[in-house]
Amino acid sequence: MLPAITTDKLTKRFGDFTAVDQITFEVNKGEIFGFLGANGAGKTTAMRMLNGLSRPSGGQAAVAGFDVYRETEKIKKHIGYMSQKFSLYEDLTVRENIQFYGGIYGLPGKEIRRQVQELIGGLGMQAYANTLVKSIPLGWKQKLSFSIAIMHRPEIVFLDEPTGGVDPITRRQFWEMIYKAASEGMTVFVTTHYMDEAEYCDRVSIMVDGRIAALDRPRALKEQFGAGSMNDVFLQLTRPKP
Amino acid sequence: MPTSQAIQVDNLSKRYGKDVQALAQVSFEVGRGELFGLIGPDGAGKTTLIRILATLLLADEGQATVNGWEVRKNYRKIRSHIGYMPGRFSLYQDLSVEENLRFFATIFGSTIEENYELIRDIYVQLEPFRERKAGKLSGGMKQKLALCCALIHKPVVLLLDEPTTGVDPVSRQEFWEMLQRLKEKDIAILVSTPYMDEASLCDRVALIQKGRLLSIDQPGKIVSAFDKPLLAIRTNDMYRLIHDLRAFEPGHSAFPFGEYVHLSLRQPIWPEAIHAYLAGKEHTGIEIKPAQATIEDAFMELMTREVM
Repeated sequence: MLPAITTDKLTKRFGDFTAVDQITFEVNKGEIFGFLGANGAGKTTAMRMLNGLSRPSGGQAAVAGFDVYRETEKIKKHIGYMSQKFSLYEDLTVRENIQFYGGIYGLPGKEIRRQVQELIGGLGMQAYANTLVKSIPLGWKQKLSFSIAIMHRPEIVFLDEPTGGVDPITRRQFWEMIYKAASEGMTVFVTTHYMDEAEYCDRVSIMVDGRIAALDRPRALKEQFGAGSMNDVFLQLTRPKP
Repeated sequence: MPTSQAIQVDNLSKRYGKDVQALAQVSFEVGRGELFGLIGPDGAGKTTLIRILATLLLADEGQATVNGWEVRKNYRKIRSHIGYMPGRFSLYQDLSVEENLRFFATIFGSTIEENYELIRDIYVQLEPFRERKAGKLSGGMKQKLALCCALIHKPVVLLLDEPTTGVDPVSRQEFWEMLQRLKEKDIAILVSTPYMDEASLCDRVALIQKGRLLSIDQPGKIVSAFDKPLLAIRTNDMYRLIHDLRAFEPGHSAFPFGEYVHLSLRQPIWPEAIHAYLAGKEHTGIEIKPAQATIEDAFMELMTREVM
């Protein structure tokens, strides 16, 4: 089985600053892969290259089997992306947002109508169906945003800090949606600043100054660093003891 | 009486339009030199509360004083004696680090030199980037600069609205170490955060949800008030495990916590019974151990009680 993502010495330079420095890794199909790092470590830049939004300066990468230099349009059709900044239209209703994105993804009208029902029902959002998105609580927006990012059944979904600021129950409901998507075979590539969420992932990588400083299962990383939690692993890697 | 506290809030309510009750009869106080945390998710009312105390917003009902001054009558006094860090980065992006600091010192009629002692620990980390434009700093650095700018006129009360949101764990830890040191200089600090783990770093915390305070206490006491037996459980199929534990009759709640699921129980039962139940559901790699409640367990328990 081909991996969902492969990179080989993938690099991005801005002028004389190397934001992503020869990163090499693979993400398996159906895996929940946590992509961690400090602010400015290069996570977003790396993610944008994998999404086909930013052209690499060097190295190779393939996403869903497509090349990040030559096949960016194909990549975009095979992935879902939930950006850090909320990406739904605030002045459309919940229903209209689903219809709009269904259209953008090129789903047939019948399928869109089915999805509107299924998605609103699945999220238990019937009461909000005709409410403008700007008036619904943040937790709902994020769950809706995730559902829309995967409504075209992409092979891989990229989530850039999807749970910032939401309450602890909603944060867990969100992760249950991630577990569900992964249990159905979808590959999930996720960044987060919550280190307890890193432990929900099958494997995590930790970026430091543009490089991948560690990559393994959370348990193995904790053993390797003699740490009690992923937070300790993270602190050890990003702030080495003097 | 009221003057003895750095912040006194009495039955404060605020409504936006007809439908949104941002704050509902909130009361608490913050002592001098106290580090007080306002812990709650987005939309809980944290920003509304801080903006009322910063005299940028008027409450519909209730009273509040800062350093003994009433927020409505003495807003000018308050403004010159507080340091306020809004949730959105609001320094001048096109001024350098040093220019921003000088600007804020000057508008409060002070100088960087006059109060340098107060910010030295923080500013040394920024010094190498003194000439860099504020807009070009990393997230963690921006927050440290904003903290310097909020401190440079030597305020008696510091109001910090989600200073660590979106900041990585290392910068978050450094930021909190700075707050601990400021406390020793007798500045009262009210800080809001959606990160539950930061609660343990405060002297006292108020848990806030939907405009209401769920609990006010020392963080340790909030955690020890969680009185249900709690177990940490994992198996090789975590997604199924969550659902199976929710369907488990003696269970009270089941929430994922890192690589485990925390199962709270209505009454104590033998772990063997749970093991047998899970084995019956064809789980493998079953591990069950007692768990220590965290502030998140306590918060979720209070949240669900509120719903019921």
